[in-house]
Amino acid sequence: MTHSSGVLDVDSIRAQFPILHQQIDGKPLVYLDNAATTQKPQAVIQALTDFYTQCNANVHRGAHHLSDEATRRYERARDCVAGFIHAGNRKEVVWTSGTTESINIVANGMAQRLQSGDEVLVTQMEHHANLVTWQQACLRSGATLKVAPILDNGALDTDAFTELLNEKTKFVALPHVSNALGTINPVKALSAQAKSVGALVLIDGAQGVAHGNVNVCDIGCDFYAFSGHKLFGPTGIGVLWGKEEVLQNWPVWQTGGEMIAKVTYECSTWGELPNRLEAGTPNIAGAIGLAAAIDWFTGLDCDAIQAHEKALMASALEQADAFDGLKVIGNAPNKIGVLSFILQGTHPADVGFILDRQGIAIRTGDHCAQPLMRRLDVPGTARASFSVYNTLAEVDALFVALKKAQSMLG
Amino acid sequence: MTLPSSEEIVEDIAFFDDWEQRYQYIIDLGKSIPPMDAQLKTDDRLVRGCQSSVWLVSDEKDGKLQFQVDSDAIIVNGLLALVMAAYNDRTPAQILDFDIDAYFNQLDLERHITPTRGNGLRAIVSKIQGIARESR
Repeated sequence: MTHSSGVLDVDSIRAQFPILHQQIDGKPLVYLDNAATTQKPQAVIQALTDFYTQCNANVHRGAHHLSDEATRRYERARDCVAGFIHAGNRKEVVWTSGTTESINIVANGMAQRLQSGDEVLVTQMEHHANLVTWQQACLRSGATLKVAPILDNGALDTDAFTELLNEKTKFVALPHVSNALGTINPVKALSAQAKSVGALVLIDGAQGVAHGNVNVCDIGCDFYAFSGHKLFGPTGIGVLWGKEEVLQNWPVWQTGGEMIAKVTYECSTWGELPNRLEAGTPNIAGAIGLAAAIDWFTGLDCDAIQAHEKALMASALEQADAFDGLKVIGNAPNKIGVLSFILQGTHPADVGFILDRQGIAIRTGDHCAQPLMRRLDVPGTARASFSVYNTLAEVDALFVALKKAQSMLG
Repeated sequence: MTLPSSEEIVEDIAFFDDWEQRYQYIIDLGKSIPPMDAQLKTDDRLVRGCQSSVWLVSDEKDGKLQFQVDSDAIIVNGLLALVMAAYNDRTPAQILDFDIDAYFNQLDLERHITPTRGNGLRAIVSKIQGIARESR
């Protein structure tokens, strides 16, 4: 990414997102649901249009110009992802439909290797995608699921995490950033601890990847999973990164075309990485769209993005603090992108309705983290989540709208 | 509970000229629904949305269906009151004849009754229609 000490030109960024320039019920759209999905810049929309208008064809098999061109753009997209996350090489980048499928590939493979007496360690802040997958892998294999608790402020209890690691721990799965609370986990230190007992490590990067500077080699994990649509790319495309030496013998996931080497009626042999984990016609347009998103994102000033996101969060926290009756859920010292809260005496769903009528898009509910909500003893939260194109004025608008919600619901 | 009829509600809501008054009316309706006994709120009566939860209890009296509803969210409760105005104390045939989508359209609240909404309202409507079908 570009580095400088400049200030992010949010106006010119916003100008590149056609969807942001609309009114909802006569009020300007304030989109604060970025942890659910980010909006798409014109560059991504154009890349999808270009693909379908210029070179749509299936990849890796056509004996014609269009297929060659589609394959070139599709495989270039893989190089783009590999560079973006600092993968060891391009074979380590497997296309999936999203974070959920990425984790399922790993959990299903692991379920074939786990045995009774083995342990899998996750955290109390998991999204269901990184919890139910491991719970089911344990149920199938007879292994035991262990859950590292969080502290009351929403940070991981790293002492408890360390204590739960032992020679029975075969796998550790944890989020880079919590989708419900915004907590940033110290993934490098935690990965090192997990590796020291011989466990494989997966980082759920769904919420981590859009904040820049992901370096999978530096983290030291074995797997990193993320979705394109939370990174300004299309839906239906995601990535499973895995270390080559781990992935090359990983149990195959789906079988069919593309992923085989030799097929007879009696048996089949599998192809090389990455194709052995990519059965069927891939999401070609999605991969190309994701590369366009990464090109766009890496063209921004990385330091300026982080400074801008920090400023948005600081303003949100300051206004939340001053807001009588508003309780922030998740006060980990190291957090990004997400303000989860409840307005005391109201239900989050009601707050969401009243905000929606004022043009403000947030998410309410359990955030696909029901056990976490139970741990925090809330029915759910209202969650505002920020991205590069949000402005300080939009944070102000959120709190003005919340005042209205409080007075109507009180 | 004494609720306005569905016709009265349509008239009342048409009278308001902005969303704020309309939602305040729904909030007030929601508050007027008597809370359901805690012991009735069992899992088999729970319709879970990912945003809010709704409980439904049904009974039949003199060929008419009686419903009790409750939600943990007040606006959902108000929307449930609108549904109750249409469905409570009606015969199964009346329930099945009632065009709930047109009703919510008239109220300019159709966004709440779409299947995409995680508030359990559509699920409650389907459940009530199912009960009516079985009771015919």
